[in-house]
Amino acid sequence: MGYVAVRGGEAAIAEAIRALDVLRAGGTEPGPGAGDPLQVDAIRHQLRLLVDRVMGEGGLYDPRLAALAIKQAQGDPLEAAFILRAHRSNLPRLGESAPHRGSSMRLIRRISSAFKEIPGGQRLGPSTDYLQRLFRLDLLDEDPAAFRAAAQAIPGVPATAGDFPKVVDGLRAEGLLQDAGPAQPAVDITRAPVTFPIPRPARLAHLTRGETGGVLTMAYTTMRGYGYLHPTVAELRVGYLPVMLPHPLTGELVEAGEVLVTECEIVATHGGGPGEGPPRILLGYGGCLGHNEVKAIAMAMCDRAMLSGDERGVRHPAEDPEFVVCHVDGIEAMGFCSHYKLPHYVTFQSDLENIRSSAAKLQGGA
Amino acid sequence: MTPTSDVPQTNPGTQFGFLDDFAVREIRRGLLKALAIPGYQVPYASREMPIARGFGTGGMQITLAIATPEDRLKVIDQGADDSVNAVSLRRFIAASCPELSTVTRTPEATIIQTRHRVPERPLVTGQIMVYQVPYPDPLQIVEPSEAKRRASHAHGDYARLWVKLYEDVVRFREVAISNRYPARVAGRYVIDPSPIPRWDLPKLHRSPVAHLFGAGREKKLYAVPPFTNVVPLAFDDVPFEVERFHDAAGKRNRCQRCGADDTFLDEIPLTGQASRWQCNDQDRCSENLGYPNGA
Repeated sequence: MGYVAVRGGEAAIAEAIRALDVLRAGGTEPGPGAGDPLQVDAIRHQLRLLVDRVMGEGGLYDPRLAALAIKQAQGDPLEAAFILRAHRSNLPRLGESAPHRGSSMRLIRRISSAFKEIPGGQRLGPSTDYLQRLFRLDLLDEDPAAFRAAAQAIPGVPATAGDFPKVVDGLRAEGLLQDAGPAQPAVDITRAPVTFPIPRPARLAHLTRGETGGVLTMAYTTMRGYGYLHPTVAELRVGYLPVMLPHPLTGELVEAGEVLVTECEIVATHGGGPGEGPPRILLGYGGCLGHNEVKAIAMAMCDRAMLSGDERGVRHPAEDPEFVVCHVDGIEAMGFCSHYKLPHYVTFQSDLENIRSSAAKLQGGA
Repeated sequence: MTPTSDVPQTNPGTQFGFLDDFAVREIRRGLLKALAIPGYQVPYASREMPIARGFGTGGMQITLAIATPEDRLKVIDQGADDSVNAVSLRRFIAASCPELSTVTRTPEATIIQTRHRVPERPLVTGQIMVYQVPYPDPLQIVEPSEAKRRASHAHGDYARLWVKLYEDVVRFREVAISNRYPARVAGRYVIDPSPIPRWDLPKLHRSPVAHLFGAGREKKLYAVPPFTNVVPLAFDDVPFEVERFHDAAGKRNRCQRCGADDTFLDEIPLTGQASRWQCNDQDRCSENLGYPNGA
């Protein structure tokens, strides 16, 4: 009987998918098992930061589908963002929303580390910043009545409408702020090929869909010394922005809904060095879907670092747009990383032949 | 700005070929450009597919953009029609293109989507090869920056690649590129032919079929049109060599299933005895045996 190489095939794939679903239902857990199936609405509200992260990286604002993706992916944020992104991929583009100033955001949170007091006032809002990271053991077996009561602790939606001026507007009016050049039209990176040099709108689009950890890593290099960015958070906002679409008949802008976003402007002092011109304040911008403060701040730092690279040449990795843009996408990075699990025995056989041939020639002194 | 009137009328993902009309149009235009400028890497807005990046989304987008209900599709990975990734891709394409038929026999296929191999049986006019590509740029091994690589391609400047080949020969008596071997197409652009072994590269030279390459993650399309010169980079005194599959005595190993000595072989290490060798191209091996199991 001849040797038959191990073959995967249809049956193996079907079994692998079945095994996954067994684990999803807690099938191997002893005792009471996984409990009741997670309801999508429970994920949506109780794991809201995960939902927001998945929407941001998936590039689609749809909390319900994001929650479903999280359920399906058994909580893996990369996998969940991927499901959302694949769904988004060939949805029709119905129109292009008009640019919207963040100053009219319906705020749930707004802080500045640049000034003690800012026009319109600081608002701490829901923040983990001053949490003491100690276990709340009462949540181990939470009382449903207490849980419902917690939702009612602050009456009404804790969001404030109104026009809150941007902190950087004051600096701009004083002539201290150097903007990043004239405004450029937005780029739909899902419909236009990426080429280098890459315009700033396309960079920002890549960063806003970037994997949170990836964007943070890039930014952290600039904070630790691979770059000399000394940023100050001029303003960080979390709140709701309206989505304005042209009316299909009249063309007039109408509000089609609103999205929760996080927006950050960092300012960095720069200049005075050889060939750098007078000291001035430079801007970096970050913004993403959902409530994700670390990502918005990190994105603003990456934006600033790349702008510095544009101005005086790239000196550090995070100042190189190609280095940043091509490596922050979680879905691409995780896909390529996973692909190494695929069989590579043709290329490995080819390597072996190459190495054996070279070894023989070197030994033979040829 | 996307005018509303331009919106495709079918639900996304439900029409033949999965891709929306805009994607199909962009990929087809990209392929026409790629065929018109042999070996040139055409940037395109690669779509995210329900299959992970790195698993063949580039090849799959090409197949979905060119397939018609009349096509007969063969999908191979590592020379096999039934390896897990080939099965997975074929399953998705078959589900998105319901009328299309899938085949395993090379001569019956009109489109052959592949990862890492070119079939051993000579291809014939009317067939199209579609390659899944991880690295579209042959200069990637000497230059990490895409911006700089594009400038080199524009100038026809492959000096650093030549220096790498030269240094390999000096140090190892061999060019240390076992697969993805760079080749010049139509006397102009140098391509990365995807991770096919050197064994397969001569099959592209003046081939009667179009070879279409799709790099989904790197968002590039390129092509070798039919009857086009594809010449591996080599020196006059150090010619290009393919895998030899010689045993210790210098004798050519044969497939221990069908007996062929003219195919790319898989080596199967066995404990305490010499390795076993077998055709990598599963269909060719079965064809040599007269299809003993019907497939």
